Amino acid sequence: MTQIYMDHAATTPLRPEVLETMLPYFSEEFGNASSVYGWGRRARQALDRSRDTVAEILGAQAEEIVFTGSGSEAINLALKGAAKAQQKKGRHIVTTAIEHHAAYDSVFWLKKNGYEVTVLPVDSEGRINPEAVRSALRPDTILVSVMHANNEVGTIQPISAIGALVQEHGALFHTDAVQTAGILKLNVDELNVDLLSLAAHKFYGPKGVGALYVRKGVRLEPLVHGGFQERGRRAGTENIAGIVGLASALDLAAAERELESRRLARLRDRLFAGLQEIPFTRINGSRVHRLPNNVSVCFEFIEGESLLLNLDLRGIAASSGSACTSGSLEPSHVLLALGLSHEIAHGSLRLTLGRETTESDVDYVLGEIPEIVHRLREMSPLYQA
Amino acid sequence: MYSEKVMDHFRNPRNVGELSQADGIGEVGNARCGDIMKLWIKVENGVISDLRFKTFGCGAAIATSSMITEIAKGKTLDEAENITDNLIAEALDGLPPLKMHCSNLAADALKAAIADYRLKQSSAS
Repeated sequence: MTQIYMDHAATTPLRPEVLETMLPYFSEEFGNASSVYGWGRRARQALDRSRDTVAEILGAQAEEIVFTGSGSEAINLALKGAAKAQQKKGRHIVTTAIEHHAAYDSVFWLKKNGYEVTVLPVDSEGRINPEAVRSALRPDTILVSVMHANNEVGTIQPISAIGALVQEHGALFHTDAVQTAGILKLNVDELNVDLLSLAAHKFYGPKGVGALYVRKGVRLEPLVHGGFQERGRRAGTENIAGIVGLASALDLAAAERELESRRLARLRDRLFAGLQEIPFTRINGSRVHRLPNNVSVCFEFIEGESLLLNLDLRGIAASSGSACTSGSLEPSHVLLALGLSHEIAHGSLRLTLGRETTESDVDYVLGEIPEIVHRLREMSPLYQA
Repeated sequence: MYSEKVMDHFRNPRNVGELSQADGIGEVGNARCGDIMKLWIKVENGVISDLRFKTFGCGAAIATSSMITEIAKGKTLDEAENITDNLIAEALDGLPPLKMHCSNLAADALKAAIADYRLKQSSAS
């Protein structure tokens, strides 16, 4: 049967050439990077090389890169770590209504622990207005966190403009770049960020490894205590194979980024054009400020999980923001923040494209979806043909 | 995560549609929560002779809707009213824990359709 993976925002397959770079560090080069003998030194060299690579791509210094066990850990460390270290300066944090749960829940954990939080709304396309950030800043604001691009609807935020005014105010600025690393250019000085998080498995690297950029001079209270790895910011023996994989995957993605983004954007637009021919279909997010690989729509009168099951029966892997796929009774907070009604948010579909996606994959998907939507609508008491 | 039985009823739902000459109609759930079931029943001599449904909802909601139409067909009204959510779930070889509320939806829709039928009967007589 045809098998088409269109959920690259969830995770991506490890590139074979990335796996090659990792393999030695599982077996013969198994050393602990903190050891003084040959095995340790070679592990340390691999770690240093990887850090240099990541730093260079981000326009940062090597010592500004902290490797973590996931993107979520990087985000938790950035937010909790910076807020804790800054608490004498103030306890006010600003974030947005569409952050990933890793950021949103970290901020709300801080709120439970004595911090004040301002959550900024977004417009109907999911964009934050930098002026709204400016008016939310207070003398005791210590930290602002805005995601670079949204994982569900693909909207790209004006990070550079927001960062400039946050930094001018004297607060720290974090961006969750988990969805943009490997896809958009990430330069920490152009973006005006103090903290930036990413995860290897979103750009064809391995799972279980992430990275956090920490601008020189920014203090972080560690989440994991123990050894002096990562300059005391994250204890635990380094996952050398994973870190080598992260660096080589980011390096490959950076080299291919521009061409690949153009190719993906063409496929994305082809998908949108086809899906828009289905009646009662709404595009979620911005058509202009949008990730090149993200397609998000809502089909009225149907529910997302039954749509996904039908797609799966035809070999198509996709995702939805419906309540039934989230394990709660609420549909996605992102879709609701864009102003969608619960009814419509339940019928969302996200297709995220990647390196292996071809035009014929797009056409296959466009051939299947209208029939599935039609069938489910015929079955829906909300739909009057 | 779904049993073969659930997927069978999801793929080929039984008795989808509407009954133009229905004796009772039940509608439960709400779009806000992501599931609505509407059920039409035909009653002859105190027995449910036919049913049709339309459901807006997840895979489990569609499968339980389909299953209850099979279970209820040929049952007396009293028997049909006693069909529990657990019975529907068991007939489908179980539902994931998070989806158990979907079987309530089907049982409630049937109860609502029977109540509607009884109301119409009492107002007609």
